[in-house]
Amino acid sequence: MESKTGQKKDMRSYRLVTALSVLAILMTLMVKISAHSGSAAFDPKDKKVSTVHSKKDSVKSVEAFSKVYSVLMSPRCVNCHPAGDVPLQGDDSHLHAMLPQRGKDGKGILTMKCTNCHQSENTLGTHTPPGNPNWHLPPADMKMVFEGKSARELAKQLVDPAQNGHKDMKALIDHADDDLVLWGWEPGDGRTLPPLSHKEFKEAWITWLKNGAYAP
Amino acid sequence: MATTNLKINGKEYSVDVDPSTPLLWVLRDHLNLVGTKYGCGVAACGACVVHLEGEAVRSCVTKINRAAGKEVVTIEGLSEHGDHPLQKAWEQVDVPQCGYCQSGQIMSAAVLLREIPNPTDEDIDLAMTGNICRCGTYLRIREAIHLAAEIQTKLK
Repeated sequence: MESKTGQKKDMRSYRLVTALSVLAILMTLMVKISAHSGSAAFDPKDKKVSTVHSKKDSVKSVEAFSKVYSVLMSPRCVNCHPAGDVPLQGDDSHLHAMLPQRGKDGKGILTMKCTNCHQSENTLGTHTPPGNPNWHLPPADMKMVFEGKSARELAKQLVDPAQNGHKDMKALIDHADDDLVLWGWEPGDGRTLPPLSHKEFKEAWITWLKNGAYAP
Repeated sequence: MATTNLKINGKEYSVDVDPSTPLLWVLRDHLNLVGTKYGCGVAACGACVVHLEGEAVRSCVTKINRAAGKEVVTIEGLSEHGDHPLQKAWEQVDVPQCGYCQSGQIMSAAVLLREIPNPTDEDIDLAMTGNICRCGTYLRIREAIHLAAEIQTKLK
């Protein structure tokens, strides 16, 4: 009797261990799969960020980001977020005439400072310098490149404080109303507007961020 | 119209113009400082460069209200007797051909030499890229800037 009971106990332990092992393998697989599809762009270890969004909706977030991406890749945004150190110009995003350089602070160099031509407001007429009191590129130590980035790459970059100008969630949301961002919707004569209104953009931006800032 | 007080080449001026009038118009048409030239009118050629608080601004797109109360230097005020190292070097190398762009070139080069007293060819190209010369005197401009750097060093 004892030996039969002992055999049954061994069997149960064996099944339990097997079941737990299968469960562990499945969980590992699920984590790996989620890392490759629609993962949150925020680093889950970053307590500053992960505690902010309580309701995550990856579908809603990714859907909103496709709208955000269409705006950020429009010439009004991408022209001042170039891959190189020369700003872009025009609706076809060609290299800026005269090849002015970014400079350390993003405000140009030597005789070619942005504000030597760009005033605090748009200059009247077509083919004249657009303007804003804070006209500049991102600085050399954090270039915040948009040009050539896929939606996934850009989403991840936008919420990474080490690549987004040290912005947390609040600063990111506030950035939608930054004076230079708003310029994109008042770009002066001869320049097309972004594909969405600023109101639509801001709504999509906040929806994307508050639903977990998922990278498509 | 509004009265704008200006300080140009160390002298005080008062002009009665629309505040959106470009500084270039005021220099040339109101104050008869015609050394600064009109080239393109859209900040694309550099012929109109003057110094505003030490920066090489394009006066054709700089509204007069931006210059109010600030220090403006034009080619006429770069040196008292036309003997700035760049002006000497320009003469020695015989840089100008038609001459139209030269005041803008010299004003830009002056900012470069202030910031980098001994510029390399690359420094010169990066700094002078916004000044167009229709006669193509670029190589002589570069040579003259190197010579001016030497003259400036000897004067120190």
